[in-house]
Amino acid sequence: MKLQKASAAAATALVIALTATACGGDSGDDSSGGDGGGKITIGIKFDQPGIGLQKPDGTYAGFDVDVATYVAKELGYDAKNIVWKKAPSAERENLIANGDVKLVAASYTINDERKKKVDFAGPYLLAHQDLLVRADDGSITKAEDLNSKKLCSVTGSTSAQNIHDTLAPKADLQEYAGYSECLTGLENKAVDALTTDDSILAGYAAQPELKGKFKLVGLKLSDEPYGIGLKKGDTELKTKVNDALKKMVSDGSWEKAVKANFGPAGYKNEPAPQIAD
Amino acid sequence: MFDFLDSGQYDLLGAFWVTVQLTLYSAVGSLIWGTLLAGMRVSPVPLLRTFGTGYVNVVRNTPLTLVLVGCSLGLGQTLQFTLGGQDFKSIGFRLAVLGLVAYTSTFVCESIRSGINTVPVGQAEAARALGLSFRQVLTLIVLPQAFRSVVAPLANVLIALTKNTTVAAAIGVAEAAALMKKMIENESSALFAVFAVFAFGFIVLTLPTGLLLGWVSKRVAVKR
Repeated sequence: MKLQKASAAAATALVIALTATACGGDSGDDSSGGDGGGKITIGIKFDQPGIGLQKPDGTYAGFDVDVATYVAKELGYDAKNIVWKKAPSAERENLIANGDVKLVAASYTINDERKKKVDFAGPYLLAHQDLLVRADDGSITKAEDLNSKKLCSVTGSTSAQNIHDTLAPKADLQEYAGYSECLTGLENKAVDALTTDDSILAGYAAQPELKGKFKLVGLKLSDEPYGIGLKKGDTELKTKVNDALKKMVSDGSWEKAVKANFGPAGYKNEPAPQIAD
Repeated sequence: MFDFLDSGQYDLLGAFWVTVQLTLYSAVGSLIWGTLLAGMRVSPVPLLRTFGTGYVNVVRNTPLTLVLVGCSLGLGQTLQFTLGGQDFKSIGFRLAVLGLVAYTSTFVCESIRSGINTVPVGQAEAARALGLSFRQVLTLIVLPQAFRSVVAPLANVLIALTKNTTVAAAIGVAEAAALMKKMIENESSALFAVFAVFAFGFIVLTLPTGLLLGWVSKRVAVKR
């Protein structure tokens, strides 16, 4: 009896999953934001300072927002015709596959697992896993130093897994739901370093109320090429977005956006990554 | 579709074992603290009654995430109150149990108080007439009957507690929900399969609990 109920429930869950996936495959095209009414829907992060942040007055700021605005302009959409949609990490693939958004620029690292479901234009930024420490702390200079340190990152994130599996398995790693909790611990010395992509760290450290308190160590612990996610198989759009990104780099807007969003944290950016066709 | 489970990369049983441990420790703790709170709320001492009522109403109406993050950031990191844990892993687990006990005990308290109300007033009066003290009346006469009538509501609380342990992922306890976040990060092409695995895992934990305690509840109920 117990077993029957459990397996029936598992089967139901499976059926729901399959149906949902099937829906996503079929109904994508006509509902996408770009074609009707001259609007384009773009998915960004709403909660990452420096990358994509919803400000109290309802406007959006950050590097991803600047890149997306530029690309949209090149595609023929004015800034006022962009509809921003929240794209949390776990939902990005489905937002694209279901046609809820045309593009996703949300600190979206290009990798093979994700390429199974979506296509990527770019990369438009090469981020690296790095560490944020208190401004007066010089005790971390290489990855091996981490084994005796207390670190903080976000539960289940790639950065946390890297620390745990390869970089510093002996390090004492605290995982929280968000980076803000880690910053509290870093500030009152309960942890020694906060670790994730340097672009995200730079964005946090550049916030006006935190300026001068923290610094980036500058270790390149991993490569995270950020791309713009779009519907799988839409090569025409991919080419257009890539052209827009190339233009953004060549006319200097890219450099300006990097400086404006990450500059105050002492973030030494690399030149724009080569865009693959 | 479920091939990510065979990769050997994820310790699914280990994660659910942490969930079970969190549930069991918190269940025992909140049963004890919840019974004490219920005793306070029916006691003849006004100060204890006020404390019990105040505690239940404040903690019960605070979101659990806030309670747990408060335990971890406030008690653990700011006040260095670690409950004897050596590293973040053990400290996080102990603080999560503390938070879950503090929260769940309010629901246990209210269930037990409703059970106390099922015991006819005449019994307490008769016990007092025999010269028993308040503590004797409560522990010898009222509570034994009260517990027998609240097994089913307590089973509800236990099932809710089992699922509430997932909130501990917010302070980094490596239980089922933390593993689910890890899988979502790595297996983005099999998102719904990941959900199905964890939904199934929790059904396996909670369904037998409900059935078993439902049966126990019928067996021990006081026939009036």
